[in-house]
Amino acid sequence: MTIPSIVGAGLAVIGAGIGIGMIGGKAMEAIARQPEAYGKIQTAMLIAAALIEGIGFAAIFAS
Amino acid sequence: MEKLINEFSIGLFFWQAVIFILLLILLRKFAWKPILNAVNDREEGIKNALDSAEKAKLEMQNLQADNEKLLQEARAEREVMMKEAREIKAKMISDAKEEAKTEADKMVAQAQAAIESEKKSAIAELKQQVASLSLEIAEKVVKHELSDKDKQLKLVDEMLGDAKLN
Amino acid sequence: MYFCTDFKDTVICSKMQRKTLVRILSVLLLATSISGFANENSKEETQGGNTQAERKEHVREYVIHHLSDTHDFGLYSYKDENGEAHHVGFPLPVILWDNGLKIFSSSKFHHGETVAEVDGNYYKIDHSKIYKTDAAGTINYDEHQHATNVKPLDISITKGVFMMLLTTILMILLFRSLAKSYAKNGNIAKGIGRFFEPIVLYIRDDIAIANIGEKKYKKYMPFLLTVFFFIWFLNMFGLTPLGVNVTGNIAITTCLAIIVFLITTFTGTKDYWKHIFDPLGDGMPWAGKIFIYIILVPIEILGIFIKPFALLIRLYANMTAGHVVLGSLIGLIYIFQTWLGGTLSFGLAFAISLIEILVALLQAYIFTMLAALYFGFASETHEHAEEHEGEIQHL
Repeated sequence: MTIPSIVGAGLAVIGAGIGIGMIGGKAMEAIARQPEAYGKIQTAMLIAAALIEGIGFAAIFAS
Repeated sequence: MEKLINEFSIGLFFWQAVIFILLLILLRKFAWKPILNAVNDREEGIKNALDSAEKAKLEMQNLQADNEKLLQEARAEREVMMKEAREIKAKMISDAKEEAKTEADKMVAQAQAAIESEKKSAIAELKQQVASLSLEIAEKVVKHELSDKDKQLKLVDEMLGDAKLN
Repeated sequence: MYFCTDFKDTVICSKMQRKTLVRILSVLLLATSISGFANENSKEETQGGNTQAERKEHVREYVIHHLSDTHDFGLYSYKDENGEAHHVGFPLPVILWDNGLKIFSSSKFHHGETVAEVDGNYYKIDHSKIYKTDAAGTINYDEHQHATNVKPLDISITKGVFMMLLTTILMILLFRSLAKSYAKNGNIAKGIGRFFEPIVLYIRDDIAIANIGEKKYKKYMPFLLTVFFFIWFLNMFGLTPLGVNVTGNIAITTCLAIIVFLITTFTGTKDYWKHIFDPLGDGMPWAGKIFIYIILVPIEILGIFIKPFALLIRLYANMTAGHVVLGSLIGLIYIFQTWLGGTLSFGLAFAISLIEILVALLQAYIFTMLAALYFGFASETHEHAEEHEGEIQHL
């Protein structure tokens, strides 16, 4: 594990974090706008977040 | 990555595969199938019950509508009957009135006719009696007057005097 | 929400280290990154020779040991007045294939301290792995600190396997009784089944039917239910004081992911494969497609493998991270040995435990959900193709 690879993993994690943050934020907005679609939005949010999370983990383990 | 591969334990993988597939088969046969079937049955049952309830409600409504219709019919019939009865009543009354009137008229006419005839006969009888009475009186008077000469003359005079006055 | 917590920990760690909130940080980092980098850190501090650094090292070893699978079921260990280590627990059978099947009790290793002699062969445990050694138990290392001794094929009933067996028995008893209670009480669940029935229904309605479709969900239901409860129960077992980290083991998640992959591949419909090898369909002339397909088709094919790979990594990383954080926070109590530090780290550990309970459920849910999603893609037929098209591109 070299320094550049750690930095790269960190950058990837930051990216993933921003991505998940945006998903969460947008999902909140969407729920606020359409509270009746709460279930569907939550499911979609979890799936999207899980997919990004996978990328984040891949970056950590690849480093 | 290298650490992950290093950490990978074939024994654990092997047991996991065996245990999981066994668990899957066992649960599928002894748990999930009965559970899902039971849940499905129950849901079907609920759905059927709801359907039949809906049907019963509809039937009830139909029945009610039928009842209403029958009631209406009955009411209409009663109305008609009442009307007829009223008409009959009115007709009977008017008939009776008519009859009574004609009867009364007839009776009055008969009575009048009877009265008239009685009157006529009474007048006729009266006339006869008056005529006979006056004849008798005249006969008596004449007999009396004519029995004496003076008196006859006097009578003639009086008569003449009366005649003059007329 | 929880997604962030995992990342936040890592991010906050590196930030706070720079702000030299040394104590919390170095331990968290030491434990979190089980890497050479962390090793360097700890070495520097050990050279300082204070006892706190030793304690840190001890906690680090404790956390790493806790994460790994062991050959005996240790509940706890302590040292008596004479400095002798005592381990409380029970041994588990060791099964080795080394020119013939060898089965013996793990008590022969004496918790990795001694060499076990079976049929003239000597075995020793090093970092939870069994190596074949000479009578003295020497283990040779290469320059990467990896043992070069011969590793016999080890299919022992380890702690993890033991926990899996326990979970299996529990699940069979639990859901068998639920199934029976339906038969007995006229399709109404009774007792503990009342708690599990809504979960089963949720998986059916909101995971299976929502992602696979009304027509085909039935054939995937047993797998989805089994995998959900299996992961969930093992996750929850990991949070008990026994703290057996089963789902945070790469072999376990790999096995689950491979099963998902096999089911997806073997139940794939014609439309599913068409989507992979001919994603554009008839929308473009043959000659034009070739150039796009040189790039697109390999990506799609790679996607088939990446999907289950992401599944295995996600579950592994989440559970491991949770255990590392919890273990480190509990270790902090031991490191600080002060009233304030102990209270603080206890409070933190308690809060993280609560989050971990949520994560345990959420990870099981995510795994099941994504598996259902993949099954949904695999089993889709053409009339559903249109609505899923957009999603496929992103996956």
